[in-house]
Amino acid sequence: MRRAWLTPLALALALLGAAAGAAWAVDASGDTGRTPVPHPPKAQGDHCVADTTFMRRNHMKMLFHQRNETVHLGVRGEPYSLASCVACHAVRGADGVAVSYADPRHFCRSCHDYAAVSVDCFECHASRPGDPNKAAATDAGDKDLTALNDYLKGTKP
Amino acid sequence: MSAGAAPTRLLADRRTLLKGAGAGLATLIAPGVTLYAFGADDAGARPAGEPASAKVRWGMLIDSSKCAPGCDRCVAACRDENGWQSTGHVESDPQWIRIVTVRDPKTGAQSAAPVMCQHCANPACVDVCPTGASFKRADGLVLVDRHICIGCRYCMMACPYKARSFVHEAIEDQKTNAPRGKGTVEGCTLCVDRIDAGRKPACVEACASEGGGAMTFGDLNDPSSDIAKALASLSTTQIRSDLGLDPGVRYRNL
Repeated sequence: MRRAWLTPLALALALLGAAAGAAWAVDASGDTGRTPVPHPPKAQGDHCVADTTFMRRNHMKMLFHQRNETVHLGVRGEPYSLASCVACHAVRGADGVAVSYADPRHFCRSCHDYAAVSVDCFECHASRPGDPNKAAATDAGDKDLTALNDYLKGTKP
Repeated sequence: MSAGAAPTRLLADRRTLLKGAGAGLATLIAPGVTLYAFGADDAGARPAGEPASAKVRWGMLIDSSKCAPGCDRCVAACRDENGWQSTGHVESDPQWIRIVTVRDPKTGAQSAAPVMCQHCANPACVDVCPTGASFKRADGLVLVDRHICIGCRYCMMACPYKARSFVHEAIEDQKTNAPRGKGTVEGCTLCVDRIDAGRKPACVEACASEGGGAMTFGDLNDPSSDIAKALASLSTTQIRSDLGLDPGVRYRNL
């Protein structure tokens, strides 16, 4: 008699366990759990100017600080520039052209849409990487110069 | 454009690139230095992280007699460099740089010259700005910090040179080096990003290569600079010098 109610109980426990396991399992998109989280696209560089956790919390403070340094004091060429962020975090569409902030795939939008925080930067600033080397662009037809340019740009210390 | 002009420009660009290549090779010798800029020329770039120096005052000399009638290479170069264009409404067009023609009504003698922000030592636009957005940088450039510009346009009213304009409509696809946006005031920056990289403003470069070579750019405080030598030996004027704003842009033969 005792065994008769133990079997359904074990079955119920097993089912409950399986359901909980499914809920906590890592799905194909990398989400853990039932709460959807943003999946920012991977950047092109080897590493960011600071580690990811720090960047997530503080990138706006760094941009704010840098904008004053650059506009008022003329401090340039430091790693904390918006242009560097945009260049490294560019997301390219199927045609190979970087998407602008108007596109939901844009790096900044991937998180900001999720958090419902509006970004004003791109009302004035370019949201796509510019052409860093106009001379090379003009000479694009010249094979030797293109090769030389590629070599120089690809060279790392 | 005529077919003959293209090879010349290509040659000039090739020279720039090769100069840049030389600079690139130089940086290879020093480990830890990443190749960053191409073809920086004579003015010399400030090292990264160093603020603009108050020892420098950037200025320009424009020789109106070298401005060929109808030439607007400087305006076109500015437009390309900073990504502005006519809005289709003359009254609200951007005023980064424009060609002003002056005519003596008695004799009929005419001369033309580009007029842009005169980068005054005592700028009226800075005096009137309620937020501090219109400011003078240490090296004499008068700029607008559009992060804190509220678009009140007092500076536009204060400027006797009409060198500022207001952006009325949303803009897309700005240049990386020249952010501009709706609701803020803008004007000539003397290509501040180029100056910081040790290059000359786009208008000066274009005038030298494709125009009449009417524009000289340099440090007014450095007695050995081309512009300081020219100013010391030639008779030059400031537009509306009676206002006492001491513009950094001077004119000759106007």
